[in-house]
Amino acid sequence: MDDLSIVLVGAAGQGIQTVEQFMVNLFKMTGYNVYATKEYMSRVRGGMNSTELRIGSGKKRVRAYVDRIDLLIPLHKNAIEHVQHRLSKSTIILTDPDLINQREYPDYQCIAVPFTKIKKEIGSKFMNVFAVGVLSGIFRIPEKSALQFIKQRFETKGELILNKNINSFNRGHKKGETLKDIIPEMEKEPNVINEILLDGNQSVGLGAIAGGCNFISAYPMSPSTGTLVFLAQHSRKFDIVVDQAEDEIAAINKAIGAWYTGARGIASTSGGGFSLMSEGLSLTGMIESPLVIHLAQRPGPATGLPTRTAQGDLNLALNAGHGEFHRIIFAPGSIEQAFFLTQHAFNLADALQIPVFILTDQYLVDSYYNVPPEDMNIIGIRHAFIETDSEYKRYVYTKNGISPRGVPGFGEGFVRIDSDEHDEWGHITEDLRGVREKMIDKRIYKKGLTISQIEPPIPLEPFGSEEFDTLVICWGSSYLIVKEALEELNDSQIAGVHFSQVFPVPKNTKSVLHEAKNLLLIEGNATGQFLKLLKLYTDIDIKKNRVYLKSNGEPFSVEEVISFIRSKIKGGK
Amino acid sequence: MGNPFDYNTEEIAWCPGCGNFTLHKTLKEALTELGITPEETVFVSGIGQAAKLPQYMKGHMFNGLHGRPLAVAMAIKATNPELTVIVNSGDGCIYGEGGNHFNQQILRNPDITVITHNNQVYGLTKGQASPTSDKGMETPVQIYGVSNEPFNPIAAAVALDASFVSRVFVGDQEKTKDIFKAAIKNKGFSLVDAFSPCVSFNKLNTFKWYKENTYILDDSHDPTDRMQAFQKAIETKKYPLGIIYRNSSKRTFWEATMIYETNKSPLYKRKLNMDALKQFIESKKEL
Repeated sequence: MDDLSIVLVGAAGQGIQTVEQFMVNLFKMTGYNVYATKEYMSRVRGGMNSTELRIGSGKKRVRAYVDRIDLLIPLHKNAIEHVQHRLSKSTIILTDPDLINQREYPDYQCIAVPFTKIKKEIGSKFMNVFAVGVLSGIFRIPEKSALQFIKQRFETKGELILNKNINSFNRGHKKGETLKDIIPEMEKEPNVINEILLDGNQSVGLGAIAGGCNFISAYPMSPSTGTLVFLAQHSRKFDIVVDQAEDEIAAINKAIGAWYTGARGIASTSGGGFSLMSEGLSLTGMIESPLVIHLAQRPGPATGLPTRTAQGDLNLALNAGHGEFHRIIFAPGSIEQAFFLTQHAFNLADALQIPVFILTDQYLVDSYYNVPPEDMNIIGIRHAFIETDSEYKRYVYTKNGISPRGVPGFGEGFVRIDSDEHDEWGHITEDLRGVREKMIDKRIYKKGLTISQIEPPIPLEPFGSEEFDTLVICWGSSYLIVKEALEELNDSQIAGVHFSQVFPVPKNTKSVLHEAKNLLLIEGNATGQFLKLLKLYTDIDIKKNRVYLKSNGEPFSVEEVISFIRSKIKGGK
Repeated sequence: MGNPFDYNTEEIAWCPGCGNFTLHKTLKEALTELGITPEETVFVSGIGQAAKLPQYMKGHMFNGLHGRPLAVAMAIKATNPELTVIVNSGDGCIYGEGGNHFNQQILRNPDITVITHNNQVYGLTKGQASPTSDKGMETPVQIYGVSNEPFNPIAAAVALDASFVSRVFVGDQEKTKDIFKAAIKNKGFSLVDAFSPCVSFNKLNTFKWYKENTYILDDSHDPTDRMQAFQKAIETKKYPLGIIYRNSSKRTFWEATMIYETNKSPLYKRKLNMDALKQFIESKKEL
């Protein structure tokens, strides 16, 4: 077996997240490539949540969501029902006799593990650590290092709590050891131990820091909150001003105010919050302010499904804001890309004086895996503001439409900006033929040409097979899912292509897509937003029946992508 | 006779006789007398007739969106505490469209001065009611007269324990100048609600009306006494002018932002410690 999928299911408040967090750490420190993602309800108690943990054997990296469940740990009586559509004959279920009657599930391999017994014997809060012990035993995680980890996590909670956790862990571990033969032993890869673990939100946050971000004002909103939390927690170390905004309207205006003084601000939110930011986004267009926006998508309209995933706000990012102005939209497909592109976004926003989006989604921001630290590519901060002289004009006409940006207090000049149409000095004007036309030419046409030459470019590079006649197009968070699907299919005629820069579409888009006889497209919305964008900007039209749209709030799974591709190859080219 | 803040006066778009002229002149004098230079000052505004004031002031200018100047001003001061940040906008901008920003910035206590040109009417959109319009005032929209309670910015600011709460009538230039100076000097959020008559659209609250319906607080008023301040704040028969409330003991937003604890320099002058970042990335071995 190359890899295993372990799924934990329980109610909110049962501590599933603790088990996930502990096991991800323990698997990694043992030398397993590891991946985790979660799906959860928008509630603090009750409901049914699940976490998928995957571990790879040896060098195999696991970085995508699969439907398959090899080992299921249901910690609630309704847990099996919650994931029943993902079970197969080979699924092993660790069932607690007090919760689940094994005879009701004759199609699966059920093994009794009394998870809830620990509640009566040690206390209700210790079931999750008992479960960590059971998994550690099954997966042969060295007891000594696991115990050290448990101690480290609970040492501040007082001796009584610490000892109860140790006791629970030990009992779980003992039980797990008796079950280790139910799972074939996985090969370890020692290099994994020195790799780092990040989720998408942390990666965006880390990319922001590496990109020189030193200001965040944000209103908490799932699934983007993790970015705010991450930046707040490391604000002291990296000189970041943190403000929990009164609303998203304030948040974006504050971020723009920060850029005005030469700081680098980020607006981080989800669709509903971003709707409120439209007005501020338009302000960046008029005053030519740089801005980076992290838009972590979740399904809409309105409140929608607050904790689920979607790729439904591409049109919003593309069209938000009154009036006409430029923007760039990046949609990272991996932890490494999120880190790289967020840094790139800060430098580009600064250089071009436009808003740059990092379009993520719940699936990406809530997924973890281990990454070699050298794959976290630091590109360096390139500040574009200048020291002004006494003749300084903020909106001076230039060849490429970009007027050097001064900041107040740096140099002798005055930095005067206006949300009204303005002249070179930044003064309000209604000179339509003289100034307005020149300003439009400067902002839209000249700058537009510059933006089409984004440096460094992010060209499209097909992955998978080099010679192909079928090309599977994806963007944003589905990248690693499609990649694994193609690896599984292992068909020399099929390759994939991922857009991490969705707007403007990369220059070589047409030539790459024309290499394929058949184009397939996968995206997480109901109307084919990227499909339409491609048609509009490249004239490439993909028939609706060659497009896989999913918008129910779940991520794509590797299996779903495989069966979609298979159905389209078989279905005649 | 020139003032260092003089700028573009030939462009002024206010109606002849507008209260903003005296406010403009008085503010320039106050700044100069405090020894503040245009180079260190950022004038922030929203949209409206009052919000045009920075267009006619030498200094840095952020003439942003309607209702949003307080959010912008707070961020400017938070990212460069060396700058003097002064907001000029109208009652519609600051108390109406930006009402929540007004409340919430007071709670943060950024070290900024907010001058609301309060004419109790919408000027630029030609005469509709503003949040501070008196009840009963007839307008093209409020055809049966204003029915809303007028917003009381002074009482609201005292309730929010603002650092500095004051009211002036721009017709009294000397007193206005003193209050401007005190407000700018105050370390924290300073509100100056400035009665500034609109000669074109408010036929009710005229120069004469303000003269008759205001009085200057005397020394018996102790602005550090919050109960007294509340009492003065809710007087509407005749509006008290002067410093109504002050609480100078509060930490400002940027003082509470720990990154300035040992290093006072503005963010644009700082450099990211790349070695610390690399070490930090390599240390992320556990969740």
